[in-house]
Amino acid sequence: MPAATRRSGGRGGRGPALALAALRRLAGMATTLLVTSFLVFSSLYLAPGDPVSFLVKGRSPSPQELDTIREQYGFNDPFPVRYWHWLEGVLQGDFGRSYLFHQGVGDVVWSRLPASLLLIGVSMLLIAVFGVGAGIVGALRRGTWADSTVLLMVTVGAAVPSFVAAILLRSVFGVQLGWFPTFGNGEGALDRLHHVVLPAIALSVTFTALVTRVTRTAMLDELRREHVEVALSRGIPRRSVIRRHVLRNALGPIVTVSALLVSGMLVSTALVETAFGMAGVGSLLVQAVSQQDFQVVQAIVLLVVAAFVLINALVDLLYPLIDPRVAAQGSAR
Amino acid sequence: MSAVTLDSAAAPPRRDPLRRLRRLGGSWLVNTCLVILAVFLVVALAAPWLAPQDPRFGALSETFADPGAAHWLGTDQGGHDTFSALIEGTRTSLFGPLAVVVFATVAGIAVGLFSAWRGGWVDAAIGRVLDILFAFPALLLAILAVALFGKGLTAPVLAMAVAYLPYTARLVRGLAAAEKSRPYIAAYRVQGHSPVFVSVRGLLPNITPTVLAQATVNFGYALLDLAALSFLGLGVQPPTPDWGSMINQGQSAVLQERPLSAIVPALAIVLVVVAFNVVGEHLADRVAGRDA
Amino acid sequence: MALLDIDALSVTLPGMARPILDRIELTVAAGETVALVGESGSGKSVTARAALGLFPAGADLAGRVRVEDIDLVGADAARLREVRTGIAAMIFQDPRAGISPVRRIGDFLTEALRLVGGWSRARADARAAELLAAVGLPDPERHLRQFPHEMSGGMLQRVMIAAALCGEPRLLLCDEPTTALDVATQAEILALLGRLRRERDLGLLLITHDIELAAASCDRIYVMYAGRIVETATADELFARPRHPYTAGLLGSSPPQEGPLTRLAPIPGAPMSLLESATGCAFAPRCRFAEPGRCDQAPPVLEPHGAGRVACHRADELEPPVLAHLAPDSEDR
Repeated sequence: MPAATRRSGGRGGRGPALALAALRRLAGMATTLLVTSFLVFSSLYLAPGDPVSFLVKGRSPSPQELDTIREQYGFNDPFPVRYWHWLEGVLQGDFGRSYLFHQGVGDVVWSRLPASLLLIGVSMLLIAVFGVGAGIVGALRRGTWADSTVLLMVTVGAAVPSFVAAILLRSVFGVQLGWFPTFGNGEGALDRLHHVVLPAIALSVTFTALVTRVTRTAMLDELRREHVEVALSRGIPRRSVIRRHVLRNALGPIVTVSALLVSGMLVSTALVETAFGMAGVGSLLVQAVSQQDFQVVQAIVLLVVAAFVLINALVDLLYPLIDPRVAAQGSAR
Repeated sequence: MSAVTLDSAAAPPRRDPLRRLRRLGGSWLVNTCLVILAVFLVVALAAPWLAPQDPRFGALSETFADPGAAHWLGTDQGGHDTFSALIEGTRTSLFGPLAVVVFATVAGIAVGLFSAWRGGWVDAAIGRVLDILFAFPALLLAILAVALFGKGLTAPVLAMAVAYLPYTARLVRGLAAAEKSRPYIAAYRVQGHSPVFVSVRGLLPNITPTVLAQATVNFGYALLDLAALSFLGLGVQPPTPDWGSMINQGQSAVLQERPLSAIVPALAIVLVVVAFNVVGEHLADRVAGRDA
Repeated sequence: MALLDIDALSVTLPGMARPILDRIELTVAAGETVALVGESGSGKSVTARAALGLFPAGADLAGRVRVEDIDLVGADAARLREVRTGIAAMIFQDPRAGISPVRRIGDFLTEALRLVGGWSRARADARAAELLAAVGLPDPERHLRQFPHEMSGGMLQRVMIAAALCGEPRLLLCDEPTTALDVATQAEILALLGRLRRERDLGLLLITHDIELAAASCDRIYVMYAGRIVETATADELFARPRHPYTAGLLGSSPPQEGPLTRLAPIPGAPMSLLESATGCAFAPRCRFAEPGRCDQAPPVLEPHGAGRVACHRADELEPPVLAHLAPDSEDR
């Protein structure tokens, strides 16, 4: 039930209930993360063959290296104990050692994180501006050529995966026109930004289309509501009605859907970073899978799922700010 | 209590799903998309006979040939014929996602029906598990599968089936829970039929159109995910032709300003996914009774 | 001098078989309570919205709608705003749908004052509190900070009325203001509207499907059918001596406000949709007095008859005694 109606007074009772809901949400989140970590840990045992030899496959590890693995994964202990030891390490940021880089997994991932965050940040900005913008145009110009254009872009955009967009952008703006670099991360702030433009566009195409669609639908839903007519009947200028009522009230679905898109976006960084030869967490994942550096894979999978869970929990917690009808106890699902 | 005879209640309000699907045709856009999909399906089935050359072999003397009589769409840096690769690539590119969707849909229906039928804590537990699965994007699960089982298509296809399962299971659970409370189902149960019989006879026909619409949309996404995996070099391995790996192979061609061998499969992917999305949305609209 | 003067207003939507409104004539003077009665779909809500210059999108307009000498047909945005924020205001049927659920009551009340009037926050808040007190809400300061879902339907309708009053209007349009409320609250809201009318010398246009309610609380009544006014008279006259078969039918099919409950006589058939049109009298297919050869000829026009005006081909023959047969009492005995 999305709208649990509470008729009690405005002031009293709200704070504690909200805190309780937050606690409950945190508990749910912790459970999800715990189960996820368990799945990721035990997936190791799905792999064919002996786990130790799987972890060192294709390499001839030194005896110390074998010892560290044995210690971290505790291969002589019973399974729950092994999991516990591993989880303890993970919680302290110890994801094991990368054999590809001869470094701690945490350090490797950490050093790649800024590039990926820049890419994701710029993409999110593009998605928010163009996705919401195009959705607004489509809804307000419903049935005109502008709306048809928006719908066409949504249909095609949703079908253009980021790696296809990457190839096309690279070909046209990188190679043919030479406006943007086609490879690498760049050095220094401006150069990095210059390098991230095409990848960010490539990453944002699909998600912009999805956000556009959701924005347009939600705005059209709101435009039909009576409170919009009431506001107009009171002489509030149309522009203000659109901003203060239509767009504001459409925010709920837009934010909810956007939060669900986050995980897909994080994974797509693997495609875009690979296509543009950027050194980020995404390309690290691909590299690690290709070179069978399983501990790096485990760490990144956990990271992606944790980011998704955290962001959605945050959205759930802040949702009452967007729609006060979602009373403290009634979370969105 | 008013006498509702068993006979009248037992007559299931069946909406013949096939007749609904037969009336599939819609706007010119939907029809065009259906034709596109049909063409690609025929090409996939008849690929070995249709391809003018064997895309697995390339002559280095014919690297980066321009489009012409010998190579309709030119060749890539390995001298492979792009047109033939495009045609033979339809197989892995379409049958991979098909396998994902079939597995996901069948398993999703089973899980959804079971969950709705048992209700109670079983239902709640399954719901929690599905919630957790939602946090794993399909591509991530597929990559994890590759990390464990090595490159190729089998493990990722199964992993993605698991990733897509929650969508169908959730949908079926909701539909089945709603249908379950209707009188014809009660009538079946009163008559002593087993849950499996009631599900298959009574529930399934009524939820098929909705599930099909969901499966159609899933197909488009599964195609994108599998192509992405091959693009990363983790899925279909050369020399087996595949659209995703063609794009991967074509990257260096792009840098040498001969982008055709990468752009052709890219356009094929976009075209097929657009067609699937349009048809899927049209189906969903039909089922929901939206639009005329 | 009439406050509201609707003169031969026709509203036509392309693709519809008949106009939504067909040559509507209606006046409301200051201090007067006028009812506009009809079934759903008869065009009464469209008429009320026209008095604020809110016409259906894409409609063809003919005729005039004058509010204190400002013609709203073809008026520019500034003129419309002048009318909507000052001279006229509207109260809607469902206050829960009419007030945006995500903003506080205070925001709803002060929106027009602050956005259009340029009032300061503090001044607007003080004014809003004053208005809430005027409509009988006991704790204005608290209500200002509440969200709509924290108030009851009756309270929200009072908020709606307060919002309508914020521009000191002379004309109040009430579109089924009590339909969504329970019976006890209905009476309170009607009493409140009556008090406000007396105190502020408002012209009140009450849109309702309830002819008994109209007769009990209004000075004059207009009866609408299929986009036309079919009869108008003072409330007493109309109630005692209906001259149009449709009016008589409405009276016969609604439970009496006082006295014993008798068997009701529903009007046979269904109201005409916008996709149907009639060459003659629109009510003829449902009228038991319809006469082939006359009632299917050109539509009847509103002509002075008795103490009011009526649009019926057989008005001369159907004197009140004949129509009285429709009344439930005589029917059953």
